[in-house]
Amino acid sequence: MTRCDLAIIGAGPAGLAAAAEAAGLGLSVVLLDEQPRPGGQIYRDVDRAGRLRGRILGADYLHGASLTGAVRAPGVTHIEQAKVWNLTVEGEVTYTRGEETAQISAKRLLLATGALERPMPLPGWTLPGVMTAGAGQILLKQSGLVARRAVLVGSGPLLYLVAVQMVRAGAPPLALVETPGGLGRALGALPQALRGWRTLMKGTGLLRELRRAGVRRYRRARDITIEGEGAATGLRFSAGGAQFIACDTVLLHHGVVPNVQISRALRLDHRWEAGQACFAPVLDAWGRSSAEAVFIAGDGAGIAGAKAAEYAGRVSAAEIARDLGRITQDERDRRSAGSRRALDAERAVRPFLDLAFPPAAEALAPADDTIVCRCEEVTGGDVRKTIRQGCLGPNQMKAFNRAGMGPCQGRYCGLTVTQILSQATGADPEATGYYRLRPPIKPVTLSEVAQLSEHQNPGADSKESRS
Amino acid sequence: MKTDLPFEPVARPEGVRHVTISFDGRDYDLPEGANLAAALLSLGERRFRATPVSGAPRGPFCMMGACFDCLVDIDGVTCQACMTEIREGMVILPARGRGQRP
Ligand code: FES
Repeated sequence: MTRCDLAIIGAGPAGLAAAAEAAGLGLSVVLLDEQPRPGGQIYRDVDRAGRLRGRILGADYLHGASLTGAVRAPGVTHIEQAKVWNLTVEGEVTYTRGEETAQISAKRLLLATGALERPMPLPGWTLPGVMTAGAGQILLKQSGLVARRAVLVGSGPLLYLVAVQMVRAGAPPLALVETPGGLGRALGALPQALRGWRTLMKGTGLLRELRRAGVRRYRRARDITIEGEGAATGLRFSAGGAQFIACDTVLLHHGVVPNVQISRALRLDHRWEAGQACFAPVLDAWGRSSAEAVFIAGDGAGIAGAKAAEYAGRVSAAEIARDLGRITQDERDRRSAGSRRALDAERAVRPFLDLAFPPAAEALAPADDTIVCRCEEVTGGDVRKTIRQGCLGPNQMKAFNRAGMGPCQGRYCGLTVTQILSQATGADPEATGYYRLRPPIKPVTLSEVAQLSEHQNPGADSKESRS
Repeated sequence: MKTDLPFEPVARPEGVRHVTISFDGRDYDLPEGANLAAALLSLGERRFRATPVSGAPRGPFCMMGACFDCLVDIDGVTCQACMTEIREGMVILPARGRGQRP
């Protein structure tokens, strides 16, 4: 078993910034990530793609290249393509890399696993050709592919950004179909949001670019259905009358939510964030969770964006270094003051964005015949039926219909199920609760588990193979 | 490059070795080390698996290892295509099972 001061899960902005900061303060750091190259989803493959497609992806994306050097910093061991599938609050991490299963024992853990797209169950959303907008962007970043006859559906700044990137790539989307927004209500949050004025300016810049490119925008779209036999062939909706757009690809997005798979499996405390309509772990100002040795930074702590993730990673790293006796409290405060200020400014703009781009109402209350759990093909109606059978919570429900029990382990149905149950019972989402998640947090094979009991030290091997 | 495919490349990668793989009985030459899901999508392949419950077709949804809709069987092992890099001689079939759990 490899020992280290700090194990970080996730090599996106939070994990990379924390790794560099912690190693700079003298900690031994192991940084584990599923992808072959650092960057996370937001800066996916930035070192390669930045060179090839920087003009299309834009300056905010290229900024990620300033962070990826952390994987080569002295004191940092980057274990890429590692599938982390078990963790303990004491700091043990089990992962599989290729054929090899290994364990790490760390004094502190930092979870930097970012966000997932908010599930968007609309009729037809399981058809091939329907993807998250983030998936469309990943194809562009990592593989240089752009969908040529695509419609973007939903709400939020990412939708505009993806549309602009497609325009720059020479394949503008056929249309932007926007679900009802809340700009009116959001205005109240504007004065506070002005602290993050750069973010707001970027948004208006994107809209200008879309207008210039002549991308068609439909506002306040409702009754959205994706049509197709065997694959998506069109989008039907109403927006000032009935509309139909023939297309090959539908990119869905109505915000991102914290990826709580690990924090839930560790039984950390979570609370319902009404403003962002999602669960987030309960943390102190330094990112420390309800388990002393476990910290969380970045969007997994609550959605605040990539820049905020970077600052939060540094803030947590400074506190972890203090915690382990490497720096004094004064040094920690001095070192993290700038990051904490910047983090506050990034967070200040969120309430405005959350109000301006609320989730699509029809995807929060999917119709009875719409699939909610993609893995087990459980519909909204199936979920509602369990309530009539006396089921009150998501965990009890699994026994009735297997929702959340497929390989994605509730990643794309958990929030929907909580919301449907909460709507139907009148209990708030906090009281309704969420799936109880158990390790392994990623599907593993029996042989991967069996390796743990064998006499070997694969962790040390993978460490050596990196240097 | 055919023009009726759902995805188009922004720039053709240069100087990359191509290797032969087969998907669902069809042989393809693809760049070694490229993302398997993306490479199949670029060829117009969209149906990666059939669901174990109803047999409905599915293709990549999240491209980040979270949804498991891109499951394929590679040389007999169920894998997420979006988390797999192309290697010479891969024999790939649409997945039929649920993905492995212990
Ligand atoms: S496309 Fe979601 S796991 Fe591969």
